[in-house]
Amino acid sequence: MSVIIQIKNVSKSYWRNSLEIPVLHDLTLNVKEGEFLALMGPSGSGKTTLLNLIAGIDRPSKGELNVAGTDIAKLNESGLAKWRSASVGFVFQFYNLIPVLTAFENVELPLLLTKLSKSERRKHVENVLSIVGLGDRIHHYPKQLSGGQEQRVAIARAIVTDPVILVADEPTGDLDKTSAQEILTLMERLNKEFKKTIVMVTHDPHAAEKATRLLHLEKGDLV
Amino acid sequence: MAVPFKYVLKSFKTRKLTTTITVTGIALVVFVFAAVLMMAYGVQKTLVATGAPDNVMVTRKASNGEISSIIDGDTRNVIRTLPFIAKDSNGKQIISEEPVVVINLEIKKGGMSNVTVRGVSQEVTLLRPQIKIKEGRMFNPSLRELIVGEAISKKFLGAQIGSKVKFAGDYWSIVGIFESNGSGFDSELWGDSDQLLNAFNRGSSVSTLTFKLDNIDNFEKCKRAFETDRRLVQFEPKIEQKFFEEQSEFLATFIRVLGIFITVIFSIGAIIGAMITMYSAVANRTVEIGTMRSLGFSRRSILIAFLTEALFISLIGAVVGLFFASFLQFFTVSTLNFSSFAELSFSFALSPSIVISSFIFAVVMGFVGGFLPSVRAARLNIVSALRGG
Ligand SMILES: Nc1ncnc2c1ncn2[C@@H]1O[C@H](COP(=O)(O)OP(=O)(O)OP(=O)(O)O)[C@@H](O)[C@H]1O
Ligand SMILES: [Mg+2]
Repeated sequence: MSVIIQIKNVSKSYWRNSLEIPVLHDLTLNVKEGEFLALMGPSGSGKTTLLNLIAGIDRPSKGELNVAGTDIAKLNESGLAKWRSASVGFVFQFYNLIPVLTAFENVELPLLLTKLSKSERRKHVENVLSIVGLGDRIHHYPKQLSGGQEQRVAIARAIVTDPVILVADEPTGDLDKTSAQEILTLMERLNKEFKKTIVMVTHDPHAAEKATRLLHLEKGDLV
Repeated sequence: MAVPFKYVLKSFKTRKLTTTITVTGIALVVFVFAAVLMMAYGVQKTLVATGAPDNVMVTRKASNGEISSIIDGDTRNVIRTLPFIAKDSNGKQIISEEPVVVINLEIKKGGMSNVTVRGVSQEVTLLRPQIKIKEGRMFNPSLRELIVGEAISKKFLGAQIGSKVKFAGDYWSIVGIFESNGSGFDSELWGDSDQLLNAFNRGSSVSTLTFKLDNIDNFEKCKRAFETDRRLVQFEPKIEQKFFEEQSEFLATFIRVLGIFITVIFSIGAIIGAMITMYSAVANRTVEIGTMRSLGFSRRSILIAFLTEALFISLIGAVVGLFFASFLQFFTVSTLNFSSFAELSFSFALSPSIVISSFIFAVVMGFVGGFLPSVRAARLNIVSALRGG
């Protein structure tokens, strides 16, 4: 299997009041196509930072970053935005649905960046919403849904453009046990059935069990 | 470039209170802005309606209005020999030789103001067919009698049928009220030309002379006649409509300049209001902005989305402001016209160009108010936006 995420000697620091805060040091990591990688580690160890780098919503301070066949550290702002919309889906801990939009409209958002026609968009949206089991909740607003349902809408939004990589930052962190279980089953299915490469940050050892590979991050180093 | 317009529209609808307040602010400014333009346009429209396109008005060149113009008896006779003057069915020339003076009248609500008294010839009803006696009767040309314009009879004390007005050492009876289709004549008193000349001891010198052209195309020839005849070079013929239009220019421009100056100051308030609304919109939706950016929307999409929202607010403000301003058309006001130093009564008037100007003004307010907040939204760093700012 080929390597789809190649992280080579990547460092990342934040600056606060001209004080450098190193988060990741000289990190190297390869993820193969079709892997389901779980990332664990204490709070503040840099897990979210790493995910943001992989998803192209943040840039490394140093090092090489090749994701889905693109050297994303070299892309400019708009190139990176375009790349994001086509190549990765992001799932957040707090779902990050747009409250004023219905489930349908939330899922449709990333498709507005494609050339698809309105009816094609509708087909895609309905399709993914039924994959996540919310075919009957299309016109509900986020506040009319349970946390688990919201997260499923968010997952539908992440996969609607059919990206090769899915990154999830504590997707079950805010859910009760049953809902969390449902989400994890869904993630597993996306990995096995739909062949998505998944990188998931989690604090929950049960969640990590679903993954095909487990890594620990501590103070910015993989252990 | 993709802009999530549905998001714009729906966000706009959810924040009802702040949006309503901002819209109200912009609507108020648009209302005042439109009102000022409608007022200026009303003045122009009234004075344009005063003149007819086929009447020629002769004044002395050096004069800057009807009152300061003098046409002596010899000149009157020379003008009467011109061939371009229309005739009535009896072969009489349609011409009115008019002494114009200004007198002081007492306003019903208190205070005094100037009104125009115009002496007119018998043929004036053919010259200005828009004049209709509404109440009472026409003045008798051999008596010290007057008819008054509708606006005057409403506003001034002792300007009703049966009252007497004292000027030029005589009492003048008011015998009729006339209307003139919203023209400037509504703000005048009319009497017989010769009676007025006699009372004011003016001999045979009138202020202006107006005649109907036999053919509207003859105006150029008529003008040339005035330029070439040595006895007429000091006088200038003008299409009556154009004359009154020019009379309106100063007042209309004055209203516009002063009014726009005031509304621009008001608009600063509305712009700051829009800015605060949009800054709070950006602050409240930082996470949403971060989320959309992470989905692949560009900085420019976000900029345009927020600018659109600001423009939307201002457009609604414009519609509301114009809606209320349009009711002003039912109001008539009067003021002193500096060009004639006399009262002029007019209605607010709306025109397509006023509607367009109001919309442009509102859009500019929305743009100026929304620009900086939109730039902030677009410049947000994705990672910190997702962390909540
Ligand atoms: N935008 C930022 N500006 C400054 N410092 C940041 C920024 N983002 C993260 N950090 C710092 O970087 C370090 C790592 O943060 P990160 O969010 O990656 O940790 P995490 O492993 O995801 O923690 P958690 O489990 O609490 O989510 C922390 O010390 C955090 O304060
Ligand atoms: Mg984190």
